Amino acid sequence: MMNSAPAVDVRALCVVRGGRPVLQGIDLTVARGSVTGLLGPSGCGKTTLLRSIVGVQRIESGEVRVLGLPAGAPTLRDRVGYVTQAPSVYTDLSVLANLRYFAEVLGAPRTDPDRVLDEVGLGEHGKDLVGRLSGGQRARVSLAAALLGTPELLVLDEPTVGLDPVLRQELWRLFHRLAAGGATLLVSSHVMDEAARCTALLLMREGRLLAHDTPRALLDATGAEDIEGAFLSLVADAAPATSERAR
Amino acid sequence: MNIRRTLATAHRVLLQLRSDPRTVAMLLLVPCLLIVLLRYAFDGRQEVFDSLGAPLLGIFPMIVMFLVTAVATLRERTTGTLERLLTMPLGRLDLLLGYALAFGLVALVQGLLAFGLTVGLLGLDIAGPSWALLAVAVADGLLGMALGLFVSAFAATEFQAVQFMPAFLLPQLLLCGLFTPRDTMADWLHAISDVLPLSYAVDAMNRLTSETGFGGAVAADLAVVLGCTLLALGLGAVTLRRRTA
Repeated sequence: MMNSAPAVDVRALCVVRGGRPVLQGIDLTVARGSVTGLLGPSGCGKTTLLRSIVGVQRIESGEVRVLGLPAGAPTLRDRVGYVTQAPSVYTDLSVLANLRYFAEVLGAPRTDPDRVLDEVGLGEHGKDLVGRLSGGQRARVSLAAALLGTPELLVLDEPTVGLDPVLRQELWRLFHRLAAGGATLLVSSHVMDEAARCTALLLMREGRLLAHDTPRALLDATGAEDIEGAFLSLVADAAPATSERAR
Repeated sequence: MNIRRTLATAHRVLLQLRSDPRTVAMLLLVPCLLIVLLRYAFDGRQEVFDSLGAPLLGIFPMIVMFLVTAVATLRERTTGTLERLLTMPLGRLDLLLGYALAFGLVALVQGLLAFGLTVGLLGLDIAGPSWALLAVAVADGLLGMALGLFVSAFAATEFQAVQFMPAFLLPQLLLCGLFTPRDTMADWLHAISDVLPLSYAVDAMNRLTSETGFGGAVAADLAVVLGCTLLALGLGAVTLRRRTA
């Protein structure tokens, strides 16, 4: 099934939700084996872009290809793992019962639930009811479910939100371990200091892509000291152009 | 459609039910309790219980199954697990049939309990075969389940889902022939009742009450009830969209 197509290839993607343009002509590629961060303020369209890549978003125009296939193609369904922002697991089932069910749906190996549980550091909570876990633990159950079946592309919508610094660091280590094992990760965040942990960055604002580069190159190009500074400098550069167009 | 995924889904739904024993107890016992109330509300007038017992044996499970299924599937939609499942290799029919199997099993147990109570302990006397009574009762439970699955697509909150009971089921209850025979209704009401599935459920029960044997008319009514169940499941599948706005 492997081919040389990029993990994600988006061309001129436009999405309209509720009469309002949410994505306005996005072009991007995500290289295989990368840990790509999708950064931008809340409400800038990150989730909509991720949903388009997973193939659950109705799009207005443009093209989204994933692993060389149209996004949402049936044969992609066990090759792409998706974690929504709110943990999407059954609160009235135990952690393992959740994972066993999703593993069965995916046709993943029977040993997978225990494996992914250890990977997200919840090995001792297998028998706990998800409803009794903390918010951060629930988020990790949701992440664990996406790791079942070892997908080639993982699309993670703010997976580290609300986690303490130690856990965040552990999760980023896990992301890099997965990438080293051949997976591609696309991780959104509105916390700019997570950018340094990515191998490639996509900066988004108001439905448009501001920049697409490595963290190092972005810092060099803008002369900023951190990604937050680089982002602000890019916004400042883009502003005159938009007001001119408005005239 | 994939057997393994359907069975896994049914198993998961049953596990969820098991973690909520109060709901299971109410699912199984409330119809029984209502039938006992009916029996003693007409104490000493066995002929009234005999004529109402069979239709209500079909109606109570239908209402209970409708509510439970509508809320359960709505919860699947609102908690994001439905979206997760639809990004996975799970067919829409796998999901619906999984639900149908799990709740169908509940409907069967519920039907057996209510039937045993009504015919065994309370001495309901009908002309037709009692196994047919059980079959129609279980079919009614399945119909309630399928309708609940379908209407959950049109509810955004659990409050709305619960309101579908009076909005969707009570008109059927009023027109099904329980309160007044359908052929004495005004033509337009009769016409409406002709397209409501509960009318056929009650027709079947009334025939079993008054006619001996399992006639073709009962079989036809039962077929309409099962056909509506399949239709509601099919419409439910259409409302499950992988791509949403």
